[in-house]
Amino acid sequence: MMSHNIMTLLIRRDLRLASRRRTDAFLPVVFFVVATSLFPLGIGPETNTLRQIAPGIMWVCALLSAMLSLNTLYASDHADGSLEQLMLSTHSLFLIAASKALTHWLITGLPLILISPVLGILFDMHLQAVATLTLGLLLGTPILSLLGGLGAALTLGVRNGGVLILLLILPLCIPVLIFGAGAVSAVDAGLSPRAHLSLIGAFLLLTSLGAPLATASALRIAEA
Amino acid sequence: MNWNNLEGFISMGGYGLYVWGSYAMVLLWLAIEPYAAWRRQRNAQQEISNPTGWPQ
Amino acid sequence: MSTSIKLFTFAAPSTFYKLSGYLIPWLYCLSIAVGLTALYVGFFIAPTDATQGEAYRIIFVHVPAAWMSMVLYLVMAMWAAIGWAFNARLAYMVARAIAPTGAIFTFLALWTGAFWGKPTWGTWWVWDARLTSELILLFLYLGYMALVESIDDVRRSDKAGALLALIGVVNVPIIYFSVRWWSTLHQGATISMTAAPKMASTMLTAMLLMTIAFWAYAFAVVFMRTRAIILEREKNMGWVQFLSQQNKRKKQ
Repeated sequence: MMSHNIMTLLIRRDLRLASRRRTDAFLPVVFFVVATSLFPLGIGPETNTLRQIAPGIMWVCALLSAMLSLNTLYASDHADGSLEQLMLSTHSLFLIAASKALTHWLITGLPLILISPVLGILFDMHLQAVATLTLGLLLGTPILSLLGGLGAALTLGVRNGGVLILLLILPLCIPVLIFGAGAVSAVDAGLSPRAHLSLIGAFLLLTSLGAPLATASALRIAEA
Repeated sequence: MNWNNLEGFISMGGYGLYVWGSYAMVLLWLAIEPYAAWRRQRNAQQEISNPTGWPQ
Repeated sequence: MSTSIKLFTFAAPSTFYKLSGYLIPWLYCLSIAVGLTALYVGFFIAPTDATQGEAYRIIFVHVPAAWMSMVLYLVMAMWAAIGWAFNARLAYMVARAIAPTGAIFTFLALWTGAFWGKPTWGTWWVWDARLTSELILLFLYLGYMALVESIDDVRRSDKAGALLALIGVVNVPIIYFSVRWWSTLHQGATISMTAAPKMASTMLTAMLLMTIAFWAYAFAVVFMRTRAIILEREKNMGWVQFLSQQNKRKKQ
């Protein structure tokens, strides 16, 4: 079906473009590591304290890192006119928005997920906590990419767009943060994280249906 | 009537700072906001009667 | 000449400008009169609270401010949606005019909440569900204001703001539910964080009166700001130029 082709086409194209600027792709992950490491320096090396606050720190830093590379999601396409061409084509804007979010997740979210166990060890989190954290990030980072795509579309071409995206989208990410970090706290307390993770899963479903729709709307507003 | 004298009223049973601190902030903003809106309207009116900058 | 008022009569900026200009002084008078009455009832008729002493009297501004902050957000989103649906300029302008007022009420709810919390709970800030949600609401207002101010093209900024406001409205229940869950989980304190004095009817009266006063005030300020926005946007329109010349002639 033509629509499926547009998704694979777009994702392949964006991944290829990203691979030409590899440093840009690594920035969010590096920021994630640096920012997370700042907290012990600011709070103190007490292991018990760090273990307790680790899930919260990791989630907040993951949020911020995911938002970092959003500015460029649509910006370069907007600048050279290819976004306009994409929108003029008969392809569904919903799928285009979904593809962009998926690409962003592949480039930014996935590395975050992969490196989080390492950071978990830095904070002396035990195995179950690390596993819950990683699983939560697996479910939650796509939500961040989807919401981030919405923010990028709303602020397309605007000065200070990057910071503005943060201000607009971070409040919307708060539920994911609460339940993501809450899942790890539950595991620490000996309870099952299933409820928390299910809720994140529910948010993911909701967002994957709603965010591309809103993003398509925002793109039409920005380019029309 | 709840208050026997002015001092009782102002001190609010020892909570004067909190009660009056709250009301003062409310009154402050309820004064600033209309003034700011009025200023904005004034500026807009003046912009119309004496346009600055290039003619539209 | 028969003038029938149709549904969209007041959707014309010029009509709204004249009507609101007439109403604003009356709205302020109403606000001051009802507000003073509310203060009188609250301070001179309502009794002292058994547990909180006189500190509870902050409630007469705290709760109305919180109500205003929440309702104004909904109203703002509603007008933005109407503007989007009907392509009505004035609706967009009203939505923009509401935002600062809503943000200020949110700030006042937080401030008075903190000043109420300090003597009653012992700390300036408590991360309980309602205060935290109120803080997030402030972020939503600020986000809307930042977005519409940073987009130069008026039509685009109106529509983008409308989309953002609607997304906010949809998300507010989700955020509130999450924050409430989070707060009950982490709250080990034995003090009930939702401690409000049992409402004597006089206390409730004062609160309701103050709410009416805040509403009248909000109408007045939002009307004022809308009029300013109308002048800013419609300055090339004939009726604006005509009014301006009328004013000039009056001054001479």
